[in-house]
Amino acid sequence: MQMSDSREIQADRETVWAAILTPEVLKTCVPGCQELTGTPEEGFEATVVQKVGPVKATFKGQVNVSDMDKPETLKLSGEGKGGAAGFAKGAAVVRLEEAGEGVTRLHYDVEANVGGKLAQLGSRVIDGFAKKMADQFFTRLQEAIEGPANEADAPEAEATPGEAKKGWFRRMVGAGGGAA
Amino acid sequence: MPKDHGIGASSKRREDVRFLTGTGNYTDDINVYGQAYVAFVRSDVAHGRITGIDTAAAEAMPGVLKIFTGSDFEGVGGLPCGWQVTDRFGEVMKEPPHPVLAQGKVRHVGEMVAAVVAESLQEARDAADAVMLDIEELPAIVDMKKAVASSETLVHDEIGTNLCYDWGFVEDNRDAVNQAIKGAAHVTTLELVNNRLVANPMEPRVAVGDYNRAGDMSTLYTTSQNPHVIRLLMGAFVLGIPEHKLRVVAPDVGGGFGTKIFHYAEEAFCTFAARALKRPVKWTSTRSEAFMSDAHGRDHVTKIELALDEANNFVAVRTETYANMGAYLSTFAPSVPTWLHGTLMAGNYKTPNIYVNVKAVFTNTVPVDAYRGAGRPEATFQLERVIDKAARELGVDPMALRRQNFITEFPYATPVAVEYDTGDYHATADKIAEIADFAGFETRRKESEAKGKLRGLGINCYIEACGIAPSNLVGQLGARAGLYESATVRVNATGSLSVMTGSHSHGQGHETSFPQVVSEMIGIPEDQIEIVHGDTANTPMGMGTYGSRSLAVGGSAIVRATEKIIRKATKIAAHLLEASEADIELKNGAFSVAGTDKSVAWGDVTLAAYVPHNYPLEDIEPGLEETAFYDPSNFTYPSGAYACEVEVDPETGQVTVERFSAADDFGNVINPMIVEGQVHGGVAQGIGQALLENCVYDETGQLLSASYMDYAMPRADNVPMVTVDHSCQTPCTHNPLGVKGCGEAGAIGSPPAVINAVIDALHSGGFTHVTHIDMPATPNRVWAAMQG
Repeated sequence: MQMSDSREIQADRETVWAAILTPEVLKTCVPGCQELTGTPEEGFEATVVQKVGPVKATFKGQVNVSDMDKPETLKLSGEGKGGAAGFAKGAAVVRLEEAGEGVTRLHYDVEANVGGKLAQLGSRVIDGFAKKMADQFFTRLQEAIEGPANEADAPEAEATPGEAKKGWFRRMVGAGGGAA
Repeated sequence: MPKDHGIGASSKRREDVRFLTGTGNYTDDINVYGQAYVAFVRSDVAHGRITGIDTAAAEAMPGVLKIFTGSDFEGVGGLPCGWQVTDRFGEVMKEPPHPVLAQGKVRHVGEMVAAVVAESLQEARDAADAVMLDIEELPAIVDMKKAVASSETLVHDEIGTNLCYDWGFVEDNRDAVNQAIKGAAHVTTLELVNNRLVANPMEPRVAVGDYNRAGDMSTLYTTSQNPHVIRLLMGAFVLGIPEHKLRVVAPDVGGGFGTKIFHYAEEAFCTFAARALKRPVKWTSTRSEAFMSDAHGRDHVTKIELALDEANNFVAVRTETYANMGAYLSTFAPSVPTWLHGTLMAGNYKTPNIYVNVKAVFTNTVPVDAYRGAGRPEATFQLERVIDKAARELGVDPMALRRQNFITEFPYATPVAVEYDTGDYHATADKIAEIADFAGFETRRKESEAKGKLRGLGINCYIEACGIAPSNLVGQLGARAGLYESATVRVNATGSLSVMTGSHSHGQGHETSFPQVVSEMIGIPEDQIEIVHGDTANTPMGMGTYGSRSLAVGGSAIVRATEKIIRKATKIAAHLLEASEADIELKNGAFSVAGTDKSVAWGDVTLAAYVPHNYPLEDIEPGLEETAFYDPSNFTYPSGAYACEVEVDPETGQVTVERFSAADDFGNVINPMIVEGQVHGGVAQGIGQALLENCVYDETGQLLSASYMDYAMPRADNVPMVTVDHSCQTPCTHNPLGVKGCGEAGAIGSPPAVINAVIDALHSGGFTHVTHIDMPATPNRVWAAMQG
């Protein structure tokens, strides 16, 4: 299946670019991610727990970053094996466009495939599920950079206290200029 | 007054007592002391190269006895194909190897890559999850036309093509057919899909392999429609075990529908592993495994052209079909789109010129083979749909167009190589008009319209070929087996009978109907006759049950064996009665001397055979047991006319079957109740195909409809009460019972009737642009078609 969308992030392209390539950010953004280690150059190892329809599984796999053209475009591809549950793999081509002072428009084209039990039992829910996963990923990315739109929407995984309206990533890297 | 016993009586199915009270003995009920369990590791990619199988972690898990992979099967035979088709250029079909466990490559989702045998089922399953497969995924090919065009993505690299064969039938007719179509007054063309189905018998497949070291004897308990065929294929071609060291038992089997004909890798594995481990090994398919390992059915993509002259006489039929074989050739797969399909393209009609082209294609999907009807539903569907379309284009009544072209003189040799012995197609057409109440249809349509629904009436006339088959004929056509049937009638000392048949009952009611035949012949009560089947150790070599052959072929063998018994018993009776053999009559279970009141009871004669104190020992041997093998001289040709009335909800596209009627000519009928049950079941499956069932792969070869959440089986509320009539009877001319077979008719005759009815309903609502809807006619498809 294929999906495309875009969203505006209140940060410049360099900030967004750096965020995408930071393991801590990726870990927070990938829904269900338990563990993520590695580097953009050598790829990341990830463990993700997800439930798709009736199939719940722990996926172990690789996330690789390729086709990097800083700060405009990169490709994130991943493949996870869920043992008896089958496999999931996907790739996202991300494009960053300047959309005004301190604003970046992030475009993504995602292609995802599943196999085994995931396809056999979960096929009716897989499109919606993949869309939700992609949506969550980029929403969390946006929030990691900008800060959550409001407190209630903050991702569960994020336990960082502090300024509600400043993304923890930007605080971490000390980038200035809050959007809100 | 209907008969209450013997031929023609609706004797109650004696086997139902155990089936309905939970006392049946199915393969999964068989547990052998010391048995281990196997869980298979199956590919979850459709196409890939196996680069590694890491079993280390799994081997260390509790209870694991051994993990088998493809390397354990080097030197072991592959699964054989039982039918070789020769293509239109005189070349034999491509026949790639079909390994028990994958060798080098995987070619469909669900293919077995490794097998974990452990002390318990749970331990086997847990360890199977821990087997790590390294498979380098290759592009998968699912679409048949793309597969034929592709030279890069090959299911089997070594054959250099995805085309199994390109069959032309009858090749010599081709030019004449092309000429006839060119010169025709009208040509109706239709492109359609015969949807891929999963058979879904209620009982999933099971195999228990056992090995007795003392006698070097292997036993396989398996869910099969033909245990002798499995013994032959597995023993001779796969494992190299001679028949006297191999016993195959198919006990109670909970539905087959064709998919349990074939020899499967799992049963070969269990037999092999039991020998390797000196332990019984059991496998019970889960429903998920069944979806991705039972052979699928149908899956044809067809273009058919029907040419007519100015007077609406059929002058030619030309078809081009792509038939999916899946990733490997299943046991009888090549015969289904060819000899079981092309030979039926004349239908009930005297079309003089017919040419059938079939391209059989390998794809990265589960193997496809016979499913209830096997080739004949595909033939009937396209022919009866194109005739209906032609009638609409020409503005003539669809039944009148059919009647005008009916074959009326028998025997009739079709241009597609078969000879119909008998039939009366006008009789079943008359009968369907009566039982389906055609006269009242317009009233019912108005009632539907008053409710905002569109009502349609669809008809279908079918012919099929059953009672497969004459061995010398099928041998010429490429079968690697004979298709006779066998029976041994063993008369016990006190007069009861055990009848050992090579046919196999998996729901058909043989244990009830076969005794009716013998009872009729001898005149003893049916309950004195027991049917024994399903075990190679105690039945003569027979070919099993499929192709609606059990009564026509297996029943005929029983008749022949019983005739031998009667001849011998008559001799004994003549001796006891001190009369000439020629004067002895057998009636109502007693032998009498014609014209006298001297008689001797059946039981006294049988006792004399085993206690031969007063016995013509110089002329005949003691005992009373006879075997017969019956090889038919032709197929049988059941035919009939079906009518379906549907309502379509124009708001949603939802189709409901409101009425369904079937007028069949099955020749003579042994047990009318069983015949009706067979038709009911077949019609339910046909309605399932027409409206609900669809096996779907995505473009990467993932099986999407792999559970009952996504694969819609017909339920009680999808099927109306079916009105069944079999009073039109033109007995088969070449078997001793005059029977034709009724097991598949319902599934053959119903899909076109349903779709013809849907189209009729849409036209009545003004949706005249809709000329065809592919099966299953789901609300989504119907609604989309209505929108244009």
